[in-house]
Amino acid sequence: MSEANAPQTVDALLPEVAELIVSALNLDMYPAEIAADAPLFGDANDGLGLDSIDVLEIALVVSKRYGFQLKSDNEDNIRIFSSLRALAAHIASQRTK
Amino acid sequence: MSSLPLLGQPGLDATFAWLPDGPRSAGQYLADIAALQALLETAAPTGGWLLNLCQDRYRFAVGFAAGLLAGKTSLQPASQSPETLRRLQADYPGLLCLCDSDFDSLDLPRLDFPAQLALQEDDQRAAVNPENPPKMPLIPAGRVAAILFTSGSTGHPQAHAKTWGKLLANGRAEAERLGLLQQAHAIVGTVPVQHSYGFESTFLMAMAAGGSFWAGKPFFPQDIAAALAVVPQPRLLVTTPFHLSALLSAEVALPPVDLLLSATAPLSGDLARCAEAVCQAPLFEIYGSTESGQLASRRTTEGDAWQLLPGIRLTQTGDVTTASGGHVEGEVPLGDLIELAGDGSFTLVGRHADLVNIAGKRTSLAYLNHQITAIAGVADAAFFLPDEAGPDGITRLAAFVVAPGMDRRQLLAALRQRIDAIFLPRPLVFVDALPRNSTGKLPRSALQALFEERLAHGSH
Repeated sequence: MSEANAPQTVDALLPEVAELIVSALNLDMYPAEIAADAPLFGDANDGLGLDSIDVLEIALVVSKRYGFQLKSDNEDNIRIFSSLRALAAHIASQRTK
Repeated sequence: MSSLPLLGQPGLDATFAWLPDGPRSAGQYLADIAALQALLETAAPTGGWLLNLCQDRYRFAVGFAAGLLAGKTSLQPASQSPETLRRLQADYPGLLCLCDSDFDSLDLPRLDFPAQLALQEDDQRAAVNPENPPKMPLIPAGRVAAILFTSGSTGHPQAHAKTWGKLLANGRAEAERLGLLQQAHAIVGTVPVQHSYGFESTFLMAMAAGGSFWAGKPFFPQDIAAALAVVPQPRLLVTTPFHLSALLSAEVALPPVDLLLSATAPLSGDLARCAEAVCQAPLFEIYGSTESGQLASRRTTEGDAWQLLPGIRLTQTGDVTTASGGHVEGEVPLGDLIELAGDGSFTLVGRHADLVNIAGKRTSLAYLNHQITAIAGVADAAFFLPDEAGPDGITRLAAFVVAPGMDRRQLLAALRQRIDAIFLPRPLVFVDALPRNSTGKLPRSALQALFEERLAHGSH
């Protein structure tokens, strides 16, 4: 499956995916406060600092909403979860609903 | 002193591990151990400690045994934070890290797991020459084989030494309880092999009971289904309430599973019934701790009571329950409040107030408070564990901090250096002062009130 989605498709998904993350993880912030290109996970000081529990929670809501399963083996998860934009791009390319 | 064989495998041809490129036999395992042992014996420094950070379960197993034979004890800390690595470096001079990933081991001496040990199949065949089969190593039963750590309460990780004899006995007692001595299972674990539950229920159980394990650590539900499909039946899935709940919610198609095992936090009856119905397999829970090893099991759908593993005794003084006997090292006080029944079974009725368990990772409020107040710029601080949301949900910690001159980002960055990400506070609340009473104590009720106030007047 191609990941070469039009940038505007991905941009349109950003608010929706941000909302999904904030509500799934019960984060203490507004969806619009998640910078599209800031790292979601890990030690970076400008990112959200989410952890592996969050990854699984997000994977679950993504599979329900967009109808596909995330996998570790054939996908580059570091890249997929590197930012809100990267996650939205992956969803845009894999979604079945 | 008596010695015990490294492996309980019925023969050298029996499969010990399942790797993405195929099975590894017990004989190949012994050959890999010998090859790595030679490297460890010449690698600097030549101290007696191995920090085995391999993420791959098979590479961990090779490193563990090669370390033992090279005179190195396996150090298995509760976290891999930079602060923990520094502590270990100071407390265990001559420590060597064994890594199989790009994990940042700071400036600690490091050996990267060589690719050719595991990959060159021709070498493997040559190594397991039927004319000259590798000898089964014998390890003294009283030899300290591993030191597992809990976070302790003073900021200093607390070491729990485990002898080879007791570790094997733990693996064997668990295998016996689960019926794995009669029929070896292929074990797929979603938990890390270094921490006590994964160490005991994947690695040690395969060593002691002649079973085999999947080398990976599947994470997403689809990964778990794929790993199960690679190994033959009968299959045992070793997991946690958190992973199990995600697996069942995802509704992925699972290959047949013959046995389910859960630990690290109690499972609800509802989740257990759902898991048994979906997998058409019995689900058992294991109760234990890093300090004591595994102590008891229960089939969750049959009731709340836990049955002790062979040889284990529990005694009580006041509200403190102490475990001893069997594979328990000495006498170990437990962190849980326990109600003993006359028939030797027991129920868990709560935990001592200081202990924290988030998604199966354990620490104490005292430890977390020590870490946050040790940060330069923090005048006072306290972690707070809100009442749990639901039986299988994840409750996060909150923290209240007095740190004029620091912002949220700086404080979280400093905390990340010290504690596991799972324990980072959500929310982190800056206050002018903590509600300490006249004796300087911080009652939970005062923090509860502060927390509720925060929820009521939160940022939005």
